[in-house]
Amino acid sequence: MMGGIILNNIIRFVLLIGLQVFFLKNIGFYNLSSPFLYILFILLLPFKIPNGLLFLLAFFTGLTVDVFYDTLGLNAAACSVLAFVRIIFISVTVQKEGFDNEPFPSLGIMGFRWFIFYAIILTFFHHLTLFSFETFYFSEFGYILLRTIFSSFFTILLMLLAEFIFFRKKLR
Amino acid sequence: MRNLWIFISKYNAFFLLIFFLVLSLILLVNNNSYQRASAWNSSNFMIGLAYQRVNSFTSYLSLGRTNDSLALENAVLRNRLKTSLFNDSIEQHEVTDTLTEQQYTYIVAKVINNSIHQKNNYITINRGLNHGIQKGMGVVSAKGIVGIVLNVSERFATIQSVLHSDTRISASVNGDIGSLVWGEGNYDPRLAILKDIPNHVIVKRGNKVVTSGYSLFPSGLEIGRVTRTGLKGGDSFLDIEIWLSTNFSNLQYVYVINNMFAQEQKDLETLNKTE
Repeated sequence: MMGGIILNNIIRFVLLIGLQVFFLKNIGFYNLSSPFLYILFILLLPFKIPNGLLFLLAFFTGLTVDVFYDTLGLNAAACSVLAFVRIIFISVTVQKEGFDNEPFPSLGIMGFRWFIFYAIILTFFHHLTLFSFETFYFSEFGYILLRTIFSSFFTILLMLLAEFIFFRKKLR
Repeated sequence: MRNLWIFISKYNAFFLLIFFLVLSLILLVNNNSYQRASAWNSSNFMIGLAYQRVNSFTSYLSLGRTNDSLALENAVLRNRLKTSLFNDSIEQHEVTDTLTEQQYTYIVAKVINNSIHQKNNYITINRGLNHGIQKGMGVVSAKGIVGIVLNVSERFATIQSVLHSDTRISASVNGDIGSLVWGEGNYDPRLAILKDIPNHVIVKRGNKVVTSGYSLFPSGLEIGRVTRTGLKGGDSFLDIEIWLSTNFSNLQYVYVINNMFAQEQKDLETLNKTE
């Protein structure tokens, strides 16, 4: 069971990173909207993962993407923030005790409404951090916000697409 | 120590965030030239601001010393000033023109002595025989006429100012020629009297009075403007008061007019007298 979860996540990691750095990297609209689907990996990590491990995985995921994007540290920073927001969000909205046998927060398990909310919040904070550090001048906040909103929209669209393709209705 | 540990483990997510964020920012700044440049620039800005504040305070402490050094520098510069030296070079401008021949040249001179409150006023300038100044030359300022060269030495010359009871300058108002005098019942250094204009001529207040060209001056140089005009009892000439355009009280630089044809004219006119 445990080994299954790890294997699942490794496969998901390889697939999402591959998709991100070889395919989605080349997609974007006027430098305003560029998708970062790879964060779905961090979103779909199991509920019961310890905080330290979550941060470590998020950091290394970001670092892996950075290596391909030639922006060392940028995605790592954004993913660290993402991990923090994920911990806060889950602690506020989910009773961990009630999900002992629910391994990870996917669309099929948590329902559409919860998942879309979860995805929007986490994606927004990730993208905001990412574009803020990329621009590095907070005087251009309007531009940062615009890029964040457009890119979040794109990313969430792809996330929902991915979730619907691999939709597996799990019955409790 | 134990409490601190409990505190950290309770909010471990936050401290983990700080740790990983700082780690990634260090990576970001160290490995990306753009972010590095921005980070250094902003820190340079902060450091620059701090230095500026400190400097504006410390400069107060050395104010006395700064004043001393500035005063010293002023003294050194004053010694090098043109006014401290006797300038021997003449600035004389001539234009070579084949169509028209140059009749007048101007020699720049500095006023070194001046009086305006006497009955007969004289001006001394720092140009003399060495610089080509001769007796009888006209002197003007940037604004109007000043006087006539009276005596000349090697390096200096005295000028009989317009403010002199013997000065007569041929002046014209609206084409009618009269004689400019000063000191006949009028000792105001800003006013002069224009005489010998017949009383049928209409002269209005504000009319321009210029040199006529019959005297040492080129024609058309400004003298002043009419301030008052009227009849003097029983006389057939107008009594015109003129506001002089030259301010004699703050005269600094004057131009001595060298009439190249003066000698020729003088020689010719002396023939008339001998015959």
